[in-house]
Amino acid sequence: MSALGQAASAEWVKVRSVRSTAVTLTVFAVLSLGFARLVGGSLEDSFYGGDTLSATFMGLLITQLILVTFAVASVGSEYSTGTIRASLAAVPSRGRLFAAKMTVVGAAVAVTVLPVELAAFAIVQGLAGDKAAGWTDWETIESLLGGWISLTLMCVFAAAITVLTRSTVWTLAILLPILFLSGQGLGNLDAIRPVIQYFPDQVGMVIMHMTIPGDPTFGRDYGAWTGIGILVLWTAAALGAGWLAMRRRDA
Amino acid sequence: MIEVSNLSKRYRGGTAVDDLSFTVEPGRVTGFLGPNGAGKSTTIRLILGLDRPTSGHATVNGRPYASLARPLHEVGALLEAGDLHPTRTAREHLRWLARSNGIGERRIGEVLEETGMAGAAGKRAKTFSLGMKQRLGVAAALLGDPGVLILDEPVNGLDPEGVVWIRNLMKRLAAEGRTVLVSSHLMAEMALTAQHLVVIGRGRLLVDEPMEKFLASHSGASLEEAFMTLTSESVDYRSGTSRTGNTR
Repeated sequence: MSALGQAASAEWVKVRSVRSTAVTLTVFAVLSLGFARLVGGSLEDSFYGGDTLSATFMGLLITQLILVTFAVASVGSEYSTGTIRASLAAVPSRGRLFAAKMTVVGAAVAVTVLPVELAAFAIVQGLAGDKAAGWTDWETIESLLGGWISLTLMCVFAAAITVLTRSTVWTLAILLPILFLSGQGLGNLDAIRPVIQYFPDQVGMVIMHMTIPGDPTFGRDYGAWTGIGILVLWTAAALGAGWLAMRRRDA
Repeated sequence: MIEVSNLSKRYRGGTAVDDLSFTVEPGRVTGFLGPNGAGKSTTIRLILGLDRPTSGHATVNGRPYASLARPLHEVGALLEAGDLHPTRTAREHLRWLARSNGIGERRIGEVLEETGMAGAAGKRAKTFSLGMKQRLGVAAALLGDPGVLILDEPVNGLDPEGVVWIRNLMKRLAAEGRTVLVSSHLMAEMALTAQHLVVIGRGRLLVDEPMEKFLASHSGASLEEAFMTLTSESVDYRSGTSRTGNTR
């Protein structure tokens, strides 16, 4: 196995061997399906307008906070427990350790999100009756694919930011209010929307059917895949900054 | 073999390691002594590439630690024994270390046996006493069967049986031809374990000589008294007396 493969294998053991992984990912799955059932029951609400994709992502956008917590804690716990020293002694190449960690956290989130997202959509579809969207419509595939990418990249973004802060608490203290809470509420105020709409938690909203370009209240100045493209840029920037910090700093 | 050459580490607040040079030879236990705050742990972190030196360099078997692709096969280190995730078991802790360096599953069982941790292998680290954490740290250091061992204050928290165990283990590892560097702030403990002595104070080298020579030249006083005299100029503070003189 390559040195990077060995480092990734070690990261995978780290992720699966702590209790918080099983707890957070299980809570994410259970709550996501619960929200799907709940929101699916009020599909006629004017907000969704019978759009089962919109209703599916309503719940997932709330439960993604649990995923972000998992991603942040996976990195932050290395610093809070001091195992980062043993990690760097075992894998002295900082770039390799960073790449392995980000890959494993991203992969763990990706394989968790996909089945949960599909199951949540299936639940909403089941409640929608004749309003159910076609599973093979491009709009459905595009939205589910984009949502999967979006939720996964948000977690990689958060994990990379945690390498900068070296703290679970600080990362959550910064990310949760700025990105997730003010972004969703204040992001619709006319005064700041031109800027906030480009925040990483906002750029996936179009593809997830939470808004449509040009909508007077919730609208965005970009399209679905442009939004994903912006999120890729955010993630790349966070990864670049995290990699630099890891290379430069003392452990 | 470990070589430290003109190593310095300065922080914004001051100097932790100051132009330090010494060599740790294989086949004997080298005691690395100094009062608290002397720079022992910083030196070890610099050797392991965890911290970046301000100037100078350190090598292990002739190479900088950071250039080793699978370092656990060459160097085993025990740093802070408490560096464990509280909900990860002893076996899983060793497993991720083993995986990172391509070490087989069988070796995990061997080091658990060797350190007396086999019975606690499936227990989570938060249930461990400090002594058990030290044993797990030693197990981790031995994992890659390395020729160089660096142990930072391994005796801390061990019960008398554990102290005798670690003492004999270090002697055995050195007798097998390995390089063993063990730090301590307890002179008496080192006198029983180490064949060679490196003493630092305020980051500077004070003594680098065989233990026998050091003992002979301080035969009149107790070991701790000799140690205190030696390092009196370089401790950060001492209860009841104000610091007189400053080496810098």
